Order: sequence, then C-alpha cells, then structure tokens
Amino acid sequence: MNKPLRRIAIFCGLLILTLLIRDNWLQYAKADDLAGDDENRRVNIARYATPRGDIIVDGKAITGSVESSSGDFKYKRTWTNGAMWAPVTGYSSQAFGANQLEKLEDGILTGNDDRLFFRNTLDMITGKKKQGGAVVTTLNAAAQKAAYEGLGNKKGAVAAIEPSTGKILALVSTPSYDPSKFAGTSGSDEKAWKAVQKENNEDNPMLNRALRETYPPGSTFKVVTAAAALENGEVSGIDDATKTPDPYQLPQTTTDLTNEHGECKNASLRYALMVSCNTVFAKMADNVGNEKMIDQAEKFGFNNDELDTPVRAAESIYPEDNAPQNAMDGIGQASNRATPLQMAMIASAVANDGKLMKPYMVDQLRAANLDTIETTEPQELSQAVSSETAQKLQKMMETVVNDPQGTGGNAKISGATVGGKTGTAQHGLNNSEKPYAWFISYAMVDGNSPVAVAVVVEDGSAVRDDISGGGLAAPIAKDVMKAVIDSKK
Amino acid sequence: MSSTNTSNTPTHHTSTIGSIGTPSRRNTELALLVFAVLIPVFAYANVGLAINEEVPSGLLSYGLGLGLLAGVAHLVVRKFAPYADPLLLPLATLLNGLGLVAIWRLDQSKLLQSIEQAGTAAPRQLLYTAMGIALFIVVLIFLKDHRVLQRYTYISMVGAVFLLLLPLVPGLGQNIYGAKIWISVAGFSIQPGEFAKIVLAIFFAGYLMVKRDALALASRRFLGLYLPRGRDLGPILVVWFISILILVFETDLGTSLLFFGMFVIMLYVATERTSWIVFGLLMSAGGAVGVASFESHVQQRVQAWLDPMKEYTLSRAGQVGHSEQAMQALWAFGSGGTLGTGWGQGHSELIRFAANSDFILATFGEELGLAGIMALLLLYGLIVERGVRTALAARDPFGKLLAIGLSGAFALQVFVVAGGVMGLIPLTGMTMPFLAYGGSSVIANWALIGILIRISDTARRPAPAPASNPDAEMTQVVRPS
Repeated sequence: MNKPLRRIAIFCGLLILTLLIRDNWLQYAKADDLAGDDENRRVNIARYATPRGDIIVDGKAITGSVESSSGDFKYKRTWTNGAMWAPVTGYSSQAFGANQLEKLEDGILTGNDDRLFFRNTLDMITGKKKQGGAVVTTLNAAAQKAAYEGLGNKKGAVAAIEPSTGKILALVSTPSYDPSKFAGTSGSDEKAWKAVQKENNEDNPMLNRALRETYPPGSTFKVVTAAAALENGEVSGIDDATKTPDPYQLPQTTTDLTNEHGECKNASLRYALMVSCNTVFAKMADNVGNEKMIDQAEKFGFNNDELDTPVRAAESIYPEDNAPQNAMDGIGQASNRATPLQMAMIASAVANDGKLMKPYMVDQLRAANLDTIETTEPQELSQAVSSETAQKLQKMMETVVNDPQGTGGNAKISGATVGGKTGTAQHGLNNSEKPYAWFISYAMVDGNSPVAVAVVVEDGSAVRDDISGGGLAAPIAKDVMKAVIDSKK
Repeated sequence: MSSTNTSNTPTHHTSTIGSIGTPSRRNTELALLVFAVLIPVFAYANVGLAINEEVPSGLLSYGLGLGLLAGVAHLVVRKFAPYADPLLLPLATLLNGLGLVAIWRLDQSKLLQSIEQAGTAAPRQLLYTAMGIALFIVVLIFLKDHRVLQRYTYISMVGAVFLLLLPLVPGLGQNIYGAKIWISVAGFSIQPGEFAKIVLAIFFAGYLMVKRDALALASRRFLGLYLPRGRDLGPILVVWFISILILVFETDLGTSLLFFGMFVIMLYVATERTSWIVFGLLMSAGGAVGVASFESHVQQRVQAWLDPMKEYTLSRAGQVGHSEQAMQALWAFGSGGTLGTGWGQGHSELIRFAANSDFILATFGEELGLAGIMALLLLYGLIVERGVRTALAARDPFGKLLAIGLSGAFALQVFVVAGGVMGLIPLTGMTMPFLAYGGSSVIANWALIGILIRISDTARRPAPAPASNPDAEMTQVVRPS
C-alpha cells in the first residue's frame, strides 16, 4: 500500500503548493491593486487617520478636524460657518465623498500629493506622522460675510472679483448647506445628506448658484451690448442720439418691444443704460448682428466650457440665433444665459480698462511646514474691449449709479466711485415666474478698482412688483464692495 | 531513525529482524511545545501593545492556560503513547494558540462587538480548546490500540450517517447564511460534520480493509483502466449519493467535497487502482455541476467566486442573498502585502460575519502578510506530512488507511477553506482546523490528532522483541487453564 500512499503524499503537497502560489499571486502580485482599490475601505481609513489640512481665508483656517469617537474613521472634517463657505470649500464627507476645493485639492489636504512625497519620506524617517498641507484661498472674509448676510433668507448668489488680478473675493450661494452636518458616517449624517439632496429639497441647497447655475442675465447684459456697439462702431459717442423708435418692432416680426420707463426714443447710449431702455439695446444688438454679438460675449468669457477657478464654472451661453432672438439676447431676455461669476467678470473687465483676468480662488498651496508648494499667478483671459471703450462703459455705468434718474442709486458708496447696472430678468413660460433681480457693479478708489461684483436674487417671497435689480440686489452689491474697500484700509 | 535505542527498550536483547526501534523523541516534543506556547504568548502581547498600547492583562493567565493544557497533553502522550510522532502535538498547539490570539484580536474590534457572538469569543475558544485537549487525552488513554476501532466499522457507518443527517432534523438543524450544517443543542451550535469526518474515516478504513482485494483484483481492463465490477461499484456509488444529498439538502459544497474526496483517496490507497481516482474525479465533477444547475445557494457561491466585486456591489446595494465577504477577504489579503500590517493593525473586521471563523485566515493574511500565511500553510503541510508518514510507518492496513484518510481529509479541508477564502475556489462553509473559532471544529480536530498520535505510537513502537535465543522459547511451559 505504500506506493499509493507516496502518491497521496505528493498530491497533498501539490494542494499546499497550489495554495502557496495563489497566496503569492494575491499578496504579492495583486497586493497593490487590492490595497489601493477605491472600494477598499482601508483606503479611506488611512485617509481619515490623520487630521486633514486646512483651507485658509485671510490667514485664518475656515476648516478644521475633529476626532470622532465612533467608527473606524478617526478624524472628521469640520467647517467654521460651513453654510457660508460651502460654495467655496465644497464638502468632504467620510460617507459621501467630496467636491469643489475639498476634492480638487485633496492631494494637498491629505498630504498624499506627489509634490509632498519628499517631505513625507523625511517625516517617515524622523518618525513624524503624515500631515496634510493647506490651501490658501483668495477670498475676502468680510466680503463673503457681507454677501451671505445680504442675501439672508433670500435665494440667490453673489460673486465678487478683484478686477486687476481675477482673484475671487466672495462666492456665496443661498440657500446653502452646512457640510459639517454630513461629514461623518452616522445615521444623522445620512439624514442630513438626504435632506439637502435636490430630489428631497426643492430649494436645492447643494447647487452652487454662483458658479454652477446659469440665469437669463436680463438688463445687466446691456453692458455687453453697449460694448459691442461701441467696439463695432455702431455708435461713436455715448451721448450721441441713436436712431431708435419707441416702441421698436423686432426684426422679421410684428412684435413690438416697449420700455418700462424713461424717454427712450432716439435715446443716447448713456441715457439708455441709465434708465435701462429695452428698445435701444435690442436694436443695437440687431445692428451689430448675431456673429459679432457672439464675438463680444465670448471676449467677456461666454461660451467657455472650461473655466476652472479651479472649480469649474458652468458655461455661460450666447448662442447662434435668428434676428429677433438675437435682438432680445441684446437685452438679456432670450436664450443667452450667464452665471453670476460670468456677470462679475463683465463688470471686472470694464473696471480693469477692458482687460479680463481669469478668475481664480486658490492663491497658494502650502505644505504642513508652511513651505509654499505652488502659487497661482494672475492670468489674462482676453482683452474684452479696448481701454477707450472700457472707459466709455465706465462713464455709462457710473451714471447708472450716480444720476438721480439712474436705476442703481442704492449702490452708492461715499469715498468711492461706483459703476453698475441693474437687471430684472423675466423667465418662465410667458414670463409667469417671479423675475430675477440682478445687479452688477464695480467700485473705483483713486483710479484703481479693488472689486467687481455680481448679485442675483431669485426671490419667490418678494412681491412681484418689488423685485428689481436696484431694489433687491444693489444694496447687497454695495455692502460687498464696501466690505472689500474697508478691508483694504 | 532506524538505529536501535537501547535506553528506551526495556529488555536488552538484540533484534533479529532489523532495528525498527525508534527513540521516543518525547524530549524533542517538549522542547517544540515550549516554542509552540511561547510564540502565541508573544503574539498575544503584541496584539495588546498594538491595540491598547499595553501588555494585555490576561497575558499571564492565557500563557499559563495554554501552557498547562499543552503540558498535560504532553505528559499523557509521554505516558500512554511514548513513541508517538513528536511534531503533531506541538504543531496543533501552535496553530490552536495562534488561532486564539487572532480570535482575541478580533474580539477587540468595536465593529465586531456590535455583531452577535463577537467580543467574548476568545474565552469560549479557550474553553473549547480545553475540551478538545480533554478529548485528545481520553482518546490516548482509552484507545490503547487503534485496531480496536476496526470492530466498530458498521456502527461507525450508522453513526456517520446519523451525524450527517442531524442538521436536517426539523427543530434541531439551523440554517446559518444558507448552509444547513449546524445543529443547536442547549444553546450551543454544533457542526456534526466535523465529527462525522472522523467516524466516516473509521468506517471507510474498516470497510476497505476487508473489501480491498475484491475491489482491486476483480476488474476488467478497458482502455488502459481497470474497470471495477458492477457490484463493486456499489459502495462508491452510495458514498457519492450521500455526498450529493449533503450538497442538495445541507447546501454545503465543502463538506460534500471533503467526504467524497476522503473516500476516493482511501479507495485508491486500498486498491492501488488509478481508475478509482478517474472515476472519483468524474463523479464529483458531474455531481457538483449537476447540483449547481438547480441549487441557487451553490450558484451564488460560484458567482461570488467568479466576480467577487460584482457580488460586493450587489450586497452594498442592499440586495438580499448576496455577500460582500469574498471581496472583503481579498482586500484583507491584498492590504496585508508581503509582510502584513502587524498584529492588531489591520482591518479584517470589515469582513464582519464569520471574520473569526470561516474567514480567520484573512486576518492572518492582513496582519502577518504573505510571509505569515506561507508559514501557516507550511505548518498545515507539516501536519499532513506527519500524518502520511504515520500511514507509511503503520504496520497494519487498517492503521494505514485510517491515517491516510484522516490526513487526506485534513489536507482537503485546509485546501478547500484556504482556497475559498483566497478566491482560488468557491467559498464553502468550513473552517480552518485549529485556527478558526468554533467548538466542534477544535474538539473534533484534537480528536483527529489524538488518533493520529495513537497510530504513530503503534507504528513507531519497537517491534515486539523476538526471543533472544531459541532455547528460551523451549523453556516456556504451556499451562492448561
């Protein structure tokens, strides 16, 4: 019987050998794939094992980390005034992932970025724990607070930019959400997460309206139409009378376009902008033509689907249109749509003598030991208009604010020159919905503009007739601009 | 090995049939046992330092407990089986001790504490170990000669069938996660299959010893294979049928495979006919495929094996009947890498249910790494090798068959469980011998080691000495009683 016994011994040996080979395949050949698998919870356990780096505004961290008592994730993200900062930071949740800066700069914040490799290796040798780096933003805490408090319970958004550099100073969206509420993995976190999802909350607080929502720009778009008219020589002087009938029959149609107020027949460009004549700008857009209107809009940043701040902004659109639509586009009431950031960029380009800077909100990336890893340099996006045209536009926009008849009087700031434009954008089927109140503006102090801002209020609670850019949106814009000016003193 | 050791043979005469007397090797066993106890004690301290940053308070009692159990077992072997294989007891003690450490380590996991049964598993396992070693001692004391078991061949058959069918008794059997291989008695869950493994081996050994000549010789040659006669096919068909029944009614692929595999191995050894292997493979393949075609539980296990990630996703999506364990186990192994995370620093608790029993190897894989698993597999290989060596050394066919049956079954079980957890073959509901949490498994495997030690003692015992000279024989007086 010993011969088969020896064979069985070999067979048993082969069974063990097979297991050894399989184990080598599993724990050597495939080990890295399995260990780094996104679904492998250990990846996240390691990720939350050390405190996450902070996002910094004005030298102060607006985020933090707290040691959680339950579960296998040790540190949980916290935010100071999370609802106010959520449109900037985004969220970073143990259960629901991350977005915006928390996601895009995750490598720096966790310390896993390749640029931190050398430091990490050094830390490992010296026995220090891995530490996350910091993301220093361009934001201005006072401006952000003014914008957030200005919007209050109203639904809307504010975007503010430093015209000379493109630094984003404020980025607010309301109603907002507090990312701290669902940073963990508990049942209450899940409840809080579900409560702010679009399908469960008609206010859609997770939507970043300042960056990711496009609105009909309404009369604020008249600034672009005016720029196109001036750049294309449709009008030479801003005080020259235009040949505009009132009412104005839209091209190729029998529809008459009228005005809300003012004496708009043959009005000058400056006057038309001041009292927001529809007829003048619709005709101007028609005179310029769809193609050149598109050109001008694109110079201001429209039709760009890759605008990264580094959080990508939604694409603002000025489409190819037929003549009557194009005329209505000229007063921002057709198929053209814009994000609040886009409208702030328009005011910013005007204030910066026609030069449009690329908006950005990450100033520096820092290692845990405060060494700078990367600094963002201001970048010119385009020369939107010539500096002459820009100065003419500035004069017109300043008239809107300063003239007693102007619609933007609420934005006046003592000690600064303010230029602005109101807008009340109708929307919905047959304009049945409550309109959006817009205001875009910039402030000048000693010939330099520290801030350009766009405010949109989509307020369902206000009485319809009360909704106007000058009434609802301009005071908020004023507070934001004032906060920036004051913080520079 | 084959030199005469005079110090151990009580009578000082020269052997005329060659020197088969072996040294008892009991001191070797004792030295190895010291290591087999010390290694788990260090591991235990290691877990405590890693998790709670202090030496666990139970270290002394744990070390003394394991040491005492091993010591008593050793003394019993020294007294009742002095020529036994010196490796089997230390190997079993080491594996059992490491298993206790891993179970205690998983007891510390907060996640597992929130799931039933976890948190207090280690003290229970220590109790089971004590019971197992008690049974081991009972076997050695009362089973003076393994050939006694031969008398119980057919009682064993009845007993084995009874044990195998127990889980199907309504009210007694338990269906735990799809497999019906447990019974519940007085609050304890028992896996009768673990005991049936040993009882069946006794039956097969007794039966095959008697029938081996008929099975081996009465055959026709066809296509280079010796085909057995139809009536000799009977027994293998019966065993095959019972295996299929287990698979169908208890939905346990592992138990079924284990019994059939054990039978085929013993049949092959008894008859020396390769054709039985071919038949066995064909029949088990046919049976498994046939059952899998209609048994959803088996199908699900196969699906989980082919695509564990999909199974994980389905389970995560809340679909009933799917389990993320297979994928979690693979992640545990992968995350361990070559050297592992170290005791207490892995996250194998993510496997959740059965993390300390069926899946305990994943904890070793993650925390001790490839190196640790290879060492463990070699320890198991060594036990099997000592068992086969015992079979080779045994002088009686019954002993040979029983030893190879038990070691073969042990090897198959290790392969089926480790292969299942590592994703080499579909998962089955069996446990790693000695390592895994579970009373039935620990107790039955200690009994198995006890029987192997008994056979090895008989096999290695110096042959009864022939009379030193023919004259002495002449002087014997046969007295009528």
